[in-house]
Order: sequence, then structure tokens, then C-alpha cells
Amino acid sequence: MAITLTPTAANRVAEFLKNRGKGEGLRLGVKPSGCSGMAYVIEFADTIEDTDVTFVDHGVTVIVDNKSLIYLDGTELDFTKEGLNEGFKFNNPNVDAECGCGESFTV
Amino acid sequence: MALLQISEPGQSTTPHQRRFAAGIDLGTTNSLVATVRNGKAETLADESKKELLPSVVRYLSNGEIQTGEKALSHSIEDPKNTIISSKRIIGRSTKELIQTDKNHTNEFSHTETGTAKILTVAGEISPIEVASEILKNLKNRAEKTLGDELSGVVITVPAYFDDAQRQATKDAATLANLKVFRLLNEPTAAAIAYGLDAESEGAIVVYDFGGGTFDVSILQLNKGVFEVLATAGDTQLGGDDLDLLIANWITKKLDIQFELDKSTLRYIYNKAKYAKEKLTQENKVAIDLDIDQAFKGTIILTRNKFNEIVEPLVKKTISPCRQAIRDANINKTEIKNVVMVGGSTRIPLVRQLVTDFFEQQIHVDIDPDKVVALGAAIQADILAGNKPDSDMLLLDVNPLSLGIETMGGLVEKIISRNTTLPVARAQEFTTFKEGQTALAIHVVQGERELVDDCRSLARFELHGIPPMVAGAAKIRVTFQIDADGLLNVSARETISGVESQITVKPSYGLESDEIENMLRSSIKHAAEDLGMRKLREQQVAAKRELEAIEAALLEDADTHLNAEERTKIDAAVDQLRACMEDSDSAIIKKAIKNVEQVASFYVERRMNKNIQQALTGHNVNDINI
Repeated sequence: MAITLTPTAANRVAEFLKNRGKGEGLRLGVKPSGCSGMAYVIEFADTIEDTDVTFVDHGVTVIVDNKSLIYLDGTELDFTKEGLNEGFKFNNPNVDAECGCGESFTV
Repeated sequence: MALLQISEPGQSTTPHQRRFAAGIDLGTTNSLVATVRNGKAETLADESKKELLPSVVRYLSNGEIQTGEKALSHSIEDPKNTIISSKRIIGRSTKELIQTDKNHTNEFSHTETGTAKILTVAGEISPIEVASEILKNLKNRAEKTLGDELSGVVITVPAYFDDAQRQATKDAATLANLKVFRLLNEPTAAAIAYGLDAESEGAIVVYDFGGGTFDVSILQLNKGVFEVLATAGDTQLGGDDLDLLIANWITKKLDIQFELDKSTLRYIYNKAKYAKEKLTQENKVAIDLDIDQAFKGTIILTRNKFNEIVEPLVKKTISPCRQAIRDANINKTEIKNVVMVGGSTRIPLVRQLVTDFFEQQIHVDIDPDKVVALGAAIQADILAGNKPDSDMLLLDVNPLSLGIETMGGLVEKIISRNTTLPVARAQEFTTFKEGQTALAIHVVQGERELVDDCRSLARFELHGIPPMVAGAAKIRVTFQIDADGLLNVSARETISGVESQITVKPSYGLESDEIENMLRSSIKHAAEDLGMRKLREQQVAAKRELEAIEAALLEDADTHLNAEERTKIDAAVDQLRACMEDSDSAIIKKAIKNVEQVASFYVERRMNKNIQQALTGHNVNDINI
């Protein structure tokens, strides 16, 4: 089981964490909601819980609770630009269908 | 696929619920938009990677409206329809513009409300419309960058902007279809960008030396609230003036004998600007020049020479600093932070002189062109609800006291200066005359005791007060200022419930130096004002006394008074009337006392009679005590 980051994504996360001045790492997860079943969670993490699993990729700590991991296993987090807009993108092999906006998905 | 941003712990939003917010620095020369993404405030660039948007709008006869660089590039060939520095015009009357600002290339018209409109080929354009075009451009940029609509914005305004200018800025945002979370004072935004809101208490100086204006503000952080203690500055001093000095030096150096045409002047001016910017990093700069029939080659400008040329102008910024400290009534040692804002603060000489003057390290780490927009973005992010509740909301304060006119032309202050916003205060007033059914309410702004010395904001009337004896009606006047500093005044007669109200949207604004003058004169004239207030109060009391006694005499003098008593009372009344216009409040007070004393037996007799009348024919049991 693993979650990976592209080098670009890792650089940006490291930069944002450094800029924020605190935090254990990046928390990824899923929560039910949205137009298509599940929604991604991407947050700074200040604490690591017993139920969390951590990965280190390109020097960045990724924290995922074990319930979310089932939905995220094998995911690669990327950082891309689309025109003026830029942000993180989940390349998740578990996804069956995405809503048009890509903020939620079903497995 | 939507691109996601990192949220604060527990602040992840559900899809389509994300609340994007932006901070907008609506500047005189340039404007910027910034937002907080992934926990970091950053300014947003347009497609050509430019962050600064020149605050210029051009109107064409075919209805097209150009903004930014595109409009600026036509400012020389089409000055009449190209509007630059519209911030200097917003919320102000044509009369004021002609008086204070002679450099406008635009033509203005009078309007019914008194605010200036600009005559262009596309018709009469209000400065509010101009500002809204700039806001629309930035809104568009932000929404393209964020990939969604903005839920709201924080727009910054100078600390000295009055209600008219603030309301006009808000109207511009509404016109651009933007929801304004709040208007924020520029110096406050700069302090937020440096995180000074998290600091322990102490005075903060914000030194803002931009392209066209210079402002210095002194802020005091008090329980998480920034109060503006004082502002000072020079609305006609900026980096552009420095460029002009360098341009003059160049023409002198080239020893050009003939008159230069406009485009050559502009060429030299641009070279001067380039040299100035280069010299912030380097010790000397080579200026390549190619002027027809005059000069082709390179001249060298060293930083030392540059400093020598601009020093007199840069020094002109120090005396407002001194003045602001004096106005704020603080000691230089109480200043804990000095924040540098505006492109001109990149100049090493500026930094050095400011450091020397305040005798401390100055904050220069954040890009001085962006710092205000970044602070606004941080505030907008909090107001949009993207931060945990623990992050305190910063508030602004009311810059000048607000009150109403009472009898005798006196000001009754309802909301005093530096009260934190939003705020609502109410006070009860009453009628002055018997049977009075209406009340005129005159809302004024200022620190002085007399209405004549303050600024009139609005007038409205409360009608339908039931006729009662003087002083019996209870009229509750409520002043309410929302988070943007806009004032709503309402008056309600509590017995009958009649109500009347007004939202103050004054037709013209105050100059920054007028606010300063108002503040300064209130301090200077404090003793004089107090004396004047006492005098006016006694005059009002005398008038009331005279009216009451005259009404009584007319009614029943014959029943209660013999000739001798009547003469005595008349004498006292005449004496009071004679000294009414006296400039000594003590004399008037004495005369009022005298009338009261002389007439006391008469008042007593009348009272007994009235009670008798009221009781006659009633059974004791009928009377409720």
C-alpha cells in the first residue's frame, strides 16, 4: 500500500509547509459527500493519530487515516497548471467515475 | 478536473462549497489582487505574468472600454478619454477637484449630487464606474486563476478616506458584481501582511511612499484591534516626482538649448525611471540616450549623485512623520514596528532616512508594491470562513466623531473618534418647544464643539411627534456604523412610535489634510470651544426661560400678580433679555437665576392653582397616586 507524490507536488507541499511554519506533514483523505459519492481531503496536518498511516516520499510526510487509504491506495498526487489556475490533482487508480468537476468520485 | 488547494486542518470544504476570497488593493497608480492558497497569501498575475494593473481606464466612442496597460498606452494621444488616478476623484465634487487638483487632464461636469463626472466620448462617466472597470478586470483575473467565483473581497482604502469616498468605493464593487466583505484601511492591511496583528501591543508606523502620494499612519494595536492614531502625508508627492528630478538632471547634463517636444520628454522621463529603479540595486547606472539632433550616447548616473538629487524631496517625507507622531501623542520610543509600503521605499536612501529618523530596523521583507494586497487577502480569507475561529477578526475604527446638532448650534457627539466598528449607539433627545411636532436632525462629523466648525453630513426630519409640553417627548436617535464605516442614523419617538431614518451617503468628501486640520484645530481650540459651548448652553437656557415665563405671563399674569410684582418680574426678564447676546456665560447664568428667583412666588401660585383645578370636583378615591 502506498501513496506517492510527483516531484513538483512534493516541492510545492514542502514549500507551503515551510511557509506555514508548523505542521507534521500533508494529510490526504476522503470523506463522503459531493455530487459523486466521495470527496478528497487535502489539509495541513498538525497531529498524527493512532489510526493514521504515514508515507514519506521526496522528503514529504503524507498522512492518511487507514479508512481513507482503501480509497486512495496507489494514488499519485500531482501539482499542475491549467491556464492561470494551478493546484493539486489526485491521480487515483481506484476511481470508477468522477463528477465533472473532479472534486468528488465513486469507486 | 478541479485543481485542489491545501486547507487548514479540519477546514476542508465539501465540493462546490469552497469559498474563494480575494484582497484588492485599489491604488491610485496601480491595482493588485491577491488571495490565500495553500496557506500562503500571494498576488495573482494576468496572462502576460504581470501582477500590477495600471489603474487606468479608457472609454472609446464605439462603447469599448479598455483597462490597464492597454488604456495607459493611449494616455498621451487620447488624454480626454483616458482616466488615470481616478482614486483622487472618487467621492469628491467638481468644485473640490478644481480647487485642489489642477493637474487633471480630464474634463468634469457638475451633477445634482455634487460629485464629479468625467466627460468622455462615451458620455458622462462617474469615477465609481471607472473604479468598477478596474475591479471587474481584477475579479476576472482572480476567478480565472482560482477556477471559481469569488465569494467576496476585501478592498483597501486610505485611512483618511471619509464616508463618501468609502461608500463610492463600495458602490464601485457592487457595480462590478463583487460582494465586499469589508473595506480595510491600507496601513492596517500592511500591518496584517507582516503579521503584526499577532504582536504584543505597541505603536506601528506605516510609511507609504507610492508613485503619486505619500502617507504615513500610526496604528496602535489594542486588544487585537488596530486603531489609526494619526495620519499625515502629502497627496502630491510620489516616486513620479523623483523621476521628474532625474529627467531634469538629464536634460541639464545634455545641455539642450531648444524646447523638447512631449514625446521626447516622455522618453527622457522613462529613462529616468529606469535609472532610478536600477540604482536601488546597483551603485551606478549607464543611461543610453538617442535624441534627434541633440545627443546620442551614454551618460552615467551614480547612486551618490542620485541621492544628492532626490534627497531634498525624500526629506520632505520626514516632517509628516514627525507631525504624525505629534498628532498621535506618542513618544518615538513607543514605536515598536515601522512598515514600509509603496515602490519608492525600495530606494536605499529612503530606507536609510526612515531608519535614521525612527531609530530602528524597518520592515522591508515583503514586496512593498504587494504588501497591502497581501494583507487584504489574509483578511478576506478569514472573513470567508477558511480559517479556524481562533483567528481573531480585526476591526477598524471610526476616524472622526459623529454627532447631531442640538439647540444653539452645539454638537452632541454620539459616536466618538476611534470607536471600533461596527458600532451602534443611541441617545435620547427631547423637544424644545411646547407642542412641537417635528424635529430636524442634522448629522455632523468632526471634533469641534460647534456645528459651524464641523462637517455637515446629512439632514432629515422626524414628523408626527404628538404635541406635548417641551421636554416631554422622548426621541431616541440611533447611530449605526457597519463594518465598512458607513453610517445609518435613525430617530424614533418612543411614545408614538413614529420613525425616520437616513443612510449617510454624503455628496462630497473631505481632503486628507482637511481631516488632519479638523483634528488639529479641535486640539488647538479645545479651551475656546469649551467656553463657546458654555455660552451657547446658557443662551439656550435663557431663551427657554424667557419663552416659558412670557407664555405664562400672557396667560394669567392678571390673576396672580399685582402691579408691583409684575414690574419686578418684567425688570428681571428685561435684564435677562438684554444680556442674552453677551459673550460671558456667567452673566447670562446669573440673569437666568435672577429671573427664576424673582418669579419663584409666581410659579408657585400658578402651580397651586393648577393642582387645585385638577383636584376640584374629584373624589379623593379617584386620584391615583
